[in-house]
Amino acid sequence: MSLPNTETIECDLLIIGGGMSGCGAAFESKYWSGDMKVVMVEKAVIERSGATGEGLSAINCYMGQRYGWNTPEEFVKYVVNDMMGLAREDLVYDVGRHVDSSVHLLEEWGLPIWKKDNGDYERIGRWQIPIHGESIKPITAEPARKAIGQENIYERVNITHLLTDANDPQRIAGAIGFGVRENKFYVFKAKAVLITCGGASNVFRPRSINEGMGRTWYSVFATGAAYGLMIPIGTEMTQMEHRFVPTRFKDGYGPVGMWFQYFGAKITNSKGEDYTVTREAELHKYKPYGLVVPTPTPLRNHQMFLDIKDGLGPMYMGTDKAMQKIAGGDPKKMRKVKEEAWEDFLDMTISQALTWASQDIRPELTPSEVVLAEPYIMGSHSGESGAWVSGPEDLAPPDYFWGYNKMTTIKGLFAAGDGVGAAPHKFSSGSFTEGRLAAKAAVNFLNDNPEDSILNDGQVASLRDKIWAPLERFEKHKGASTAEEINPHYLTPYQALVRLQKIMDEYAGGTSAWYTTNKPTLERGIQLIELLREDLNKLAARDRHELMRCWEVVHRTWVGESHMRHLLHREETRWPGYYYRSDFPDLDDSKWRVFVNSRFDSETNEWELFTKPYINLIK
Amino acid sequence: MPTFVDPNACNTCEGEDKGPLCVYICPNDLMKLEGDKGFNQEPNLCSECYACVKLCPTEAIHVRGYADFIPLGAEVQPRRVELGLTWTVRFRDGEVLEFTYPSRTKPVGSSIPYDGFTEDPIADLRGQTLAGESIWLGVDNLPTFVSNA
Repeated sequence: MSLPNTETIECDLLIIGGGMSGCGAAFESKYWSGDMKVVMVEKAVIERSGATGEGLSAINCYMGQRYGWNTPEEFVKYVVNDMMGLAREDLVYDVGRHVDSSVHLLEEWGLPIWKKDNGDYERIGRWQIPIHGESIKPITAEPARKAIGQENIYERVNITHLLTDANDPQRIAGAIGFGVRENKFYVFKAKAVLITCGGASNVFRPRSINEGMGRTWYSVFATGAAYGLMIPIGTEMTQMEHRFVPTRFKDGYGPVGMWFQYFGAKITNSKGEDYTVTREAELHKYKPYGLVVPTPTPLRNHQMFLDIKDGLGPMYMGTDKAMQKIAGGDPKKMRKVKEEAWEDFLDMTISQALTWASQDIRPELTPSEVVLAEPYIMGSHSGESGAWVSGPEDLAPPDYFWGYNKMTTIKGLFAAGDGVGAAPHKFSSGSFTEGRLAAKAAVNFLNDNPEDSILNDGQVASLRDKIWAPLERFEKHKGASTAEEINPHYLTPYQALVRLQKIMDEYAGGTSAWYTTNKPTLERGIQLIELLREDLNKLAARDRHELMRCWEVVHRTWVGESHMRHLLHREETRWPGYYYRSDFPDLDDSKWRVFVNSRFDSETNEWELFTKPYINLIK
Repeated sequence: MPTFVDPNACNTCEGEDKGPLCVYICPNDLMKLEGDKGFNQEPNLCSECYACVKLCPTEAIHVRGYADFIPLGAEVQPRRVELGLTWTVRFRDGEVLEFTYPSRTKPVGSSIPYDGFTEDPIADLRGQTLAGESIWLGVDNLPTFVSNA
């Protein structure tokens, strides 16, 4: 099999990924960039790609500054506490001070936001506003498409690697990938690159292992590309040990926020107890964070986890009691609350509605099971993994600033959304905002650095061979076995994924290990993942669809290995309810209120782990 | 098999510029043509996002819930209406609920990216203001803070 042709596209700014952050970046960049050429590349089609492609029932990051609801300072304090003391205040503030403008623009473009009788936005929590958000993604994608032009959007192209400059491996030069629907390589030569790809689902073995593997809580399309692209070229990463374990309706993973905050429902165990009451004393072990209202998300998980571990499950959300209380016997009110309850799922997690219908669960009559899901590694929601980036000029202290807002430690490589570490609680609106901020900063970078990047021809040639190798491997070796799936010369991408998930689940504190690990377990897990990383050189693909799956599992494995190495470095348990280090069971602010950062060196195959200070900026 | 295609209803979107719409839209590259009908080639990586179901012009695509945890017999099926969706929810025991929700306030294609924006693309480039914030931020001045550091 000969290699397909290569199309080379030259541009000033390349945006990789067309989710919320990528669409924000595309929209913002063209306002400022004049004649510069901005190109976006996306694995799917931007109207339904990324984590919000299915829709959303709420915007979870909105200050409401015009109503006097919140200030960005208050947002920073809330986020830092929810993260048990660790978030970059400059980055969180930056999203907070701009995010309202993004939400108002989305409304202007056609997003229906729930309103009170006086025309103000409805609220479901301090930062959350409910929306009729089934079409949030197409509504967001449309102005992005118009801004940079259809001719500059490359869809169904899977980017597998970043390219570095021939004269300076610490400078970005572009990216390479292949057409999922066309037999073609794509090389993008760019002076600046903005990573807006997704965090990682399906790194840990999920609770549903057959068809239900697709019903991950975070989007199954989020394959850890943000990290899998940046780590191999030596980008400094931060907080890769962090993870998010969502409490969600069981199996369908429908959202619970509206139930807690808007309907006022409570979770009880099989004895009818409320763990937030019976486990209150537990919060005192995690001062000062545990005593702040609202209780940090991991500690609420931790309280529920203790009930489950003590055999007090199943845990039920009292949807019935909450709905009956709101309706107060009025059929009209009950009809409204039923409509709202079902919309919460139908807007964003349709499988949960199907789960209810299939089990004859009527939420107004029957409580509904909740569960702690498998861990997810991400940077946009309640996770804070990602690249270590420069903060904004006017806010960042010297330790957090190196020239351009949201630029990584690789010159000309920017990140937003899941790609930015230590800046959580962005959700859809904040990710869109961060994409805008990064794009504007990238335009400034391009004005200051107009010289062309230079492709390393040897790097491009060897990557083309490497990217295509799984297809060639299959053709070469398929005759060695009567069964395509069982062959001593190769692994299918699905087999590699299952191996990764088993390692992560058993050694890195997945669900079967009760989210618990320790030093010897992590060291053993790292040995096994190193073997997996070697075996990834023996992936085989029957077609380009499987070739895409091959590179997705490579990206996910980078995430898994990075996660384990960071877990090993942080010798404390900072986020009980997300994970436990059984050898260091306590939170230790005296030593560990610092960011754990890492850098991978592809020349030596070595990882360097170190810490960076947490700097309090907001009084 | 999360989404499945009714072979009697699928017409492979004959005459559609973008080709079969399920193949066009699937965010996870799952839908393809097998023979002359739509087909989900990898059901265990289908998130039941319904992007294909919502777009299918002949309502040929349905969802049989995940075998891992969804008992047979129920159905959740959307139908596009003007600026919204109508959902039919059929329980396993046969009860049917119907809900209609808005999904957009303006027709597809009506957005105007920088309508009325006043920021100067050259003079304001070095500042912290994003495009359109003079209109859309909701407060007069972009907040900043006095650092504690």
